[in-house]
Amino acid sequence: MASTIRVRATASGDTTEVQALIQHPMDSGFIKDAQGQIIPPHFIQQLTFEHNGKTVFLANWGAAVSKDPYVKFSFKGGAKGDDLKISWVDNKGANDSTTAKIG
Amino acid sequence: MRNMERNLVLAAVLLTIGAMPALAASEDDYKTALATAESAEKQADALRNKWTATEAQLAVAKKAAAGGDFDAAIAAAKDAEALAKASVFQATSERERWKDMEIR
Amino acid sequence: MRVRAIIFSAIAALASGALACIAASALAAPDKIDPVADAKAFQKYFTDKFPKVKYEDFVNGPYSMNEDMHRQWEEKEQFPPYEFALEAGKEMFSTPFKNGKTYADCFANGGIGIRQNYPYFDEKEGKVVTLELALNRCREANGEAPYSYVKDEMASLTAYMAFTSRGKPMDIKIPDDPRALEAYENGKRYFYTRRGQLNFSCATCHVQSPGERIRAEVLAPALGILNALPIYRSEWSGMGTTSRRFVTCNSQTRAVPLESQSDEYRDLEYYLSYVSNGLPISGPGARP
Repeated sequence: MASTIRVRATASGDTTEVQALIQHPMDSGFIKDAQGQIIPPHFIQQLTFEHNGKTVFLANWGAAVSKDPYVKFSFKGGAKGDDLKISWVDNKGANDSTTAKIG
Repeated sequence: MRNMERNLVLAAVLLTIGAMPALAASEDDYKTALATAESAEKQADALRNKWTATEAQLAVAKKAAAGGDFDAAIAAAKDAEALAKASVFQATSERERWKDMEIR
Repeated sequence: MRVRAIIFSAIAALASGALACIAASALAAPDKIDPVADAKAFQKYFTDKFPKVKYEDFVNGPYSMNEDMHRQWEEKEQFPPYEFALEAGKEMFSTPFKNGKTYADCFANGGIGIRQNYPYFDEKEGKVVTLELALNRCREANGEAPYSYVKDEMASLTAYMAFTSRGKPMDIKIPDDPRALEAYENGKRYFYTRRGQLNFSCATCHVQSPGERIRAEVLAPALGILNALPIYRSEWSGMGTTSRRFVTCNSQTRAVPLESQSDEYRDLEYYLSYVSNGLPISGPGARP
């Protein structure tokens, strides 16, 4: 099955810039469908980026983050060829993860 | 010219809303008012120029009538009629007016 | 111009009575339909109004109107939100129908790199055919149910086809056929006609007010406005086809929308695409 996570990490000197696009409905639980029924909440609760086993970015999300979230951040210490692991867990207990190489 | 026309339309709508009968209305009065409004909306439909506002007021009228409030239903039906007529006016006047906006 | 105004007043006076007469006189308008002159004037209007905008950039809508938005959009293009729809579209396009045929069998060049030729005027049918319409006809011809014109499946398909045409200049043809010229003129008339309780025409926003704001949104110029479709619209949290955009623009002016792919919408797409001839296809796109 295709991963829900697209990621691109680029090292420049001491800084690594990371961009990620995650496919997820991020339903807030406040929107009604065409029949007038509430669409139950379904959103990523925790998103983690790890480099060399150390967490470099941790997000605790709620209903306010929109569908297919896009994340961009930088961290110090990554180098070209290093592994970057991205994983998420949602409120239904589903999860996905992927590992990308820093370019 | 355009502003004046628009003000006339607005005035027509407002005047119609203002002219409400003082006596309690009957279901027959409502049916007449609704028929008039729906007939005007049919004209707008033929011109492919219905307004959502008109449709909304027709729904309000029907809902009020279903609840037995014929005064409110007639008021809404008359609003709908005015809106429908305004949309018909818009469609017919725009048949030539559109050229004023055209880039030449 | 003065003479025309007098004629208008006279016609307006007659308008209060016979509607049928109005229809007849509109078709018998004395002006000759000149799409080439129209397109030239149309493009000049926008390039004059926005001299600093690069010609090809007009297809980026509000991003060409606002520097800060342009910067954010450039960043977003590295990981565009339409990526998922585009991938889905590519897969859908190559998946055979139940009868074994594929979309490629319905289109020139297997459907690759041809989006810029749509819409076209079909002389046999005597009507404008849009890409969305052609896709559904392809489905029906092969025993498949048509897709909704405003939902994701259609958007995914047109996203993929637009992507294969990225960078190619819009290339709409108007054959020397009075019906084609009439369809073009109908589209033009629709574009400039005020509608809805808010009394806006497409031109009110996209010709008179590009670069300005309507509520919190920056308005796009009409030049090249269809080139980026289908779009991932953040406001919709999802993809939007050309049909969806026409329908929602109508309801936003408080006009009851027409049916997707109705004659008026097909003709409108024909006109708007033609006057943007030469500008690159940039779809699928992203918008706020």
